[in-house]
Amino acid sequence: MITDILLLMLSAVLIENFIFSRFLGCCPFLGVSEKPDTALGMGCAVVFVMTISSAVTYAVYTFILVPFHLEYLKTIAFILIIASLVQFIEMFLHKYVPVLYNALGIFLPLITTNCAVLGAALLNIENGYNFIESVAFGFSAAAGFTLAIVIFAGVRARIEFANPPKCFRGMPMALITAGLIAMAFSGFSGMSFN
Amino acid sequence: MNAAVKKYLLQFKEGIVDKNPTFVQLLGMCPTLATTTSVSNAVGMGLAATAVLCCSNLFISLLRRFIPREVRIASFIVIISGFVSAVEMLIKAFLPALDASLGVFIPLIVVNCIILARAEAFASKNPPLPSFFDGLSMGLGFTLALCCIAAVRELLGSGSILGFNILGSSYPGMLIFIMPSGAFLTLGCLVALVNKLRAVAASHSRSSADTQTVTADSPAEASEISDETASGEVKTNSCDSEKSDENTGTESDKGGEDK
Repeated sequence: MITDILLLMLSAVLIENFIFSRFLGCCPFLGVSEKPDTALGMGCAVVFVMTISSAVTYAVYTFILVPFHLEYLKTIAFILIIASLVQFIEMFLHKYVPVLYNALGIFLPLITTNCAVLGAALLNIENGYNFIESVAFGFSAAAGFTLAIVIFAGVRARIEFANPPKCFRGMPMALITAGLIAMAFSGFSGMSFN
Repeated sequence: MNAAVKKYLLQFKEGIVDKNPTFVQLLGMCPTLATTTSVSNAVGMGLAATAVLCCSNLFISLLRRFIPREVRIASFIVIISGFVSAVEMLIKAFLPALDASLGVFIPLIVVNCIILARAEAFASKNPPLPSFFDGLSMGLGFTLALCCIAAVRELLGSGSILGFNILGSSYPGMLIFIMPSGAFLTLGCLVALVNKLRAVAASHSRSSADTQTVTADSPAEASEISDETASGEVKTNSCDSEKSDENTGTESDKGGEDK
């Protein structure tokens, strides 16, 4: 049981990395990765929200939507849960944990439209995970996202000093960098635990 | 009437070329990268997003006077997710193969930034009909961009387009272009190409405008000068495009080696 969960977590971080193999959460990945510090802040905020939202969406789906045969409403329900959860977490941190709020504050509203959060909630249901697996999957997928965005921000900070052709400056260069990192990450797909 | 038609045509040009959501505004990257493994997937994704975009723009525009400003984002998301659920169920019922290959990315149209961006920037401030056409033009721009990326990836990755073999059966297929890293590489190169084309177009229109204004002042000298600058620009442009060609060349070589 514990080894299963550990393997699930390891594969969510490395083999099926949310950015490099599933393409979930690419907007913040490309948008908030100019400095390693802000990238880390964004990553931590995503870990925080995604772990909680995985637990809450699982509970809502299993105990509210399934008993009333409302499974087809899951997209609407999940996006509302995530939006209100983000708002709630923001208010809670603002009131009780101001240190954390100052660190994560500006990133929290951006997370509502981060498809990684909704994607994790939907994948939990699609893969039929139980409660513990869902939380573990949410946490480790977000950890994988953080790993990817921090590595990418580190590389991008160095690329600032490079001198590519004019039309490659900015986003095209960043995309190609991401492609090269993805190539490196695809090496992990050779790992097999069976 | 004629003016109205012209306005809509201009809107279409804006959505598909000038403000293309993928290549120029760089919005909605997740579906762009994930669903472009084949042209048929790209068309399916693009049209699904277009349908949602048209409907949501139309409804948000109709309701724009009733939605309070403070909760507008939440209201937009609810409206969008309603249409996404409808489209999801329709695709599940009538196109099960497409549903299987797009998977989780159909419900994820909800968080596609293009749709929310158009709702916020256009539909919440304009009457219904222009909003609908805005949705249609942006959606078609998105679909077209997805098709371009998918065509490159499918052609290089498996030597076919829409399942028809084009490069012959002896073509080995560069697997890297079907894999995730190929998506980033292809999109990066295409965005660079679009930047290049836009820069060339802008410099052309600028240099022709310069010639016109300057020749009005002193014909003989000015035309010489502007000719020189124009040829200089053309030279630098050709250098740059050669460079970018080299870059794409090395990358496809890399892809071959990796395979």
